[in-house]
Amino acid sequence: MGSHGIRDRVAIVGMGCTRFAEHWDKGVDELLLDATGEAFSATGIRKDDIDAYWLGTAQSGMSGMLLAKPLGLEGKPVTRVENMCATGSEALRQAAYAVASGAYDVAMAVGVEKVKDSGYQGLNAFPIPTDGTNRTLTAAAMFSMVGPAYAERYGIARDELRRVLARIASKNHANGARNPRAQFRREMSVEQICALPAVAGDLSVFDCAGVADGAAAAVVVRAEDAPRYTDRPLYIKALSFVAGNGSGLTDPDYDYTTFPEVARCAADAYAQAGVTDPRAELAMAEVHDCFTPTELVLLEDLGFAERGTAWREVLAGAFDLDGDLPVNPDGGLKSFGHPVGASGLRMLFEAWLQLRGEAPPERAIRTVGARHLALTHNLGGYPGEMVSFVSIVGSEPSS
Amino acid sequence: MTARGILSYGAYLPYRRLDRAEIRAVAGTGGGKGTRTVASYDEDSTTLGVAAARQALAAAPGGVRPGALWFATVSPAYLDKTNATAIHAALRLPDDAAAFDAVGAVRSALGALRAGLAGPGPALVVAADIRTGRPGSPDEAEGGDAGAALLVGSDADGPLVAEVLGTASATEEFLDRWRVPGESHSRRWEERFGEGRYAALGARAWDDGLKAAGVLPEQVDRVVIAAAHGRAATTLARGLGVGDRVAPGLDATVGFTGAAHPGLLLADSLDRAAAGEVVVLVVLADGADVVVLRTTDALASSRPAVSVADQVAAGAPLPYGKALAWRGYLPVEPPRRPEPARPSASAAARSASWKFGLVGTDERPLADIRGTIVTYTVDRLAYSPSPPVVFAVVDFDGGGRLPVELTDVDAADVAIGGRVEMTFRRLFTADGIHNYFWKARPVREGLREGSA
Repeated sequence: MGSHGIRDRVAIVGMGCTRFAEHWDKGVDELLLDATGEAFSATGIRKDDIDAYWLGTAQSGMSGMLLAKPLGLEGKPVTRVENMCATGSEALRQAAYAVASGAYDVAMAVGVEKVKDSGYQGLNAFPIPTDGTNRTLTAAAMFSMVGPAYAERYGIARDELRRVLARIASKNHANGARNPRAQFRREMSVEQICALPAVAGDLSVFDCAGVADGAAAAVVVRAEDAPRYTDRPLYIKALSFVAGNGSGLTDPDYDYTTFPEVARCAADAYAQAGVTDPRAELAMAEVHDCFTPTELVLLEDLGFAERGTAWREVLAGAFDLDGDLPVNPDGGLKSFGHPVGASGLRMLFEAWLQLRGEAPPERAIRTVGARHLALTHNLGGYPGEMVSFVSIVGSEPSS
Repeated sequence: MTARGILSYGAYLPYRRLDRAEIRAVAGTGGGKGTRTVASYDEDSTTLGVAAARQALAAAPGGVRPGALWFATVSPAYLDKTNATAIHAALRLPDDAAAFDAVGAVRSALGALRAGLAGPGPALVVAADIRTGRPGSPDEAEGGDAGAALLVGSDADGPLVAEVLGTASATEEFLDRWRVPGESHSRRWEERFGEGRYAALGARAWDDGLKAAGVLPEQVDRVVIAAAHGRAATTLARGLGVGDRVAPGLDATVGFTGAAHPGLLLADSLDRAAAGEVVVLVVLADGADVVVLRTTDALASSRPAVSVADQVAAGAPLPYGKALAWRGYLPVEPPRRPEPARPSASAAARSASWKFGLVGTDERPLADIRGTIVTYTVDRLAYSPSPPVVFAVVDFDGGGRLPVELTDVDAADVAIGGRVEMTFRRLFTADGIHNYFWKARPVREGLREGSA
């Protein structure tokens, strides 16, 4: 028994990512065609050259036919996967493992979500018949409980924490303003964000991810085949996943200042990749900033900051675009919105651009060169009951 | 021969009060002096009944479990489905206890009580109502919402707090108030007509009841008159010459609570009565029913944890607009979120002990255990029949945690460390299915809903 990973055995050789937006004029089909089309162009291959597809969507459709129909695939295996908000990452994980196993030479992971056809605000889960006793809070309210708990545990004044969270939002919006694919491209100052009314706990709308439609795609091949498609592949160093058992909801010891599923997931990923000091070794990280307190806690759960110190490092700018470890250089969920099936691959797309030096100058991070690893983190669920995904990719094969 | 009577009793008043003076400013008519109780948006006659019955059962002599549950209401949550079964489930009564509704009119409450008294065995007689009327109507102002419960049985089941000495009824068909099924309000005939009929019927039942009980009028210590017709009670009392012994009503603070009113007024009198008092309950509703009781020495030690008077004194104001919205007279724009899906009947049945009884996997009855707020949030985005949702993570005394919605609370008053108790509520209704489950509400000392 053991989690061994597939370090350096699979490479990403092409990616595509739509603009994330309220695509009133595009449905699932158009979004899928746009994202896969860009990935095909990047690799110079055609849809028939892909041996197998994995399609991640939380609730925009059912089965692999959701992809096979718009692409007009002939006799191809397409697997639809769902793992809450980590759905896009799960598609990548399955495609990469399929290639690593030797079952297929070329696989594509695609993620898509068409959110804005529901007519409602926010993300809304497909109703599954239940006994009616499950809580019906919004995700914003569930994650809003993290802030006060964190402040209480580490002795931070409430208005100080308010500024820390606003600083996270402000940073991500500053990055998103420099990204043409982001939904929101306006900078927001800490003062502006602090002045907004609360909608859930102490969180304002600007502490919450936006709501957008989008799609993204990645082509994966065996590492040794990568040069056939690109001279700058990204090597998969680690793919880690943890599905929580929900015990945090009813465990009196759970204090809402950490996400244990993420900490476990990160530890596994670092072991797979041979990373011992993520703060120093990673060039960048894309983390699941669905709400600002989520990013705050993730900085600690992912080992970027010691417990109880992330808030200070946030204020000091350690995770800014020009900081020690840029976090969400593309603008994050804050700027992109969160089309559930697409977000995980959208994060990977930023690693693809940054590690390959393709990010535009106004957004290019300075850690690249000295460092060549990027982390993406994607979670689904709520404090106490969540799934967590961590990937580590690198532009260099391990020595 | 065994005597039958009341083994324990309980009453429940909702937390919110409407100042009747607010009505006229909005409706242009109606209103009046004093307050009335208003059931929360998440309460219905079933949940009010549960709350009252929990008081009665908590005060019951050890080991007494009712063999039958009777539930009377004018405002049933369901038709063509028994409501008493949900009460039965929330009270965690054994499955060999029967559960029946007596639904449709105030007088049903006395029918349920008579059935319970007839036995055999102990029976739990629950009555609850939400009294509605069109904005500005007399019913809106004069009505009130409440629940009441009487555990009845024989002295072989346990010590009676009041023995039933005799009962009597007088029946006559006439129209005083009526409602066509499906309507949210009743209609009334000209008041003077009913006043006369009730005075005659009440006097007849009074004479028959006292005769059946072997009690002379001068031996009566307290007269409790619950009348669906306000002036009839006063007229009858004057006619009987017992005006000085009539227990004060709750018109100024609670209102007339429909099917709950006989039990509520009786509970208030039992809260105050000494041992050995003769108490006569007179109910004027489509006829007259009389129950003659005598309190016992057991009364002093068997009262519920919280008195009616304590509940009257508690409570918090509710703006008229909210009262209208809660009763459906003012449809307010809902949050732009999907309404919740209807609960699954089969899934609910599988988890009935959790959903209705709040019994966890370790068999602990969490419904009866208090807890402490660990953290909380206010959700202004989530769907709710009355936003915002106030939600807390609650740690129960002795272990166990539940993330749960709070109710009967103002968001600004919630604090970490706050003490809460569990209360059975209707979370929402979807596709005509009432989704019952438990919420937590702040413990207000002297106002304990659960068992002692």
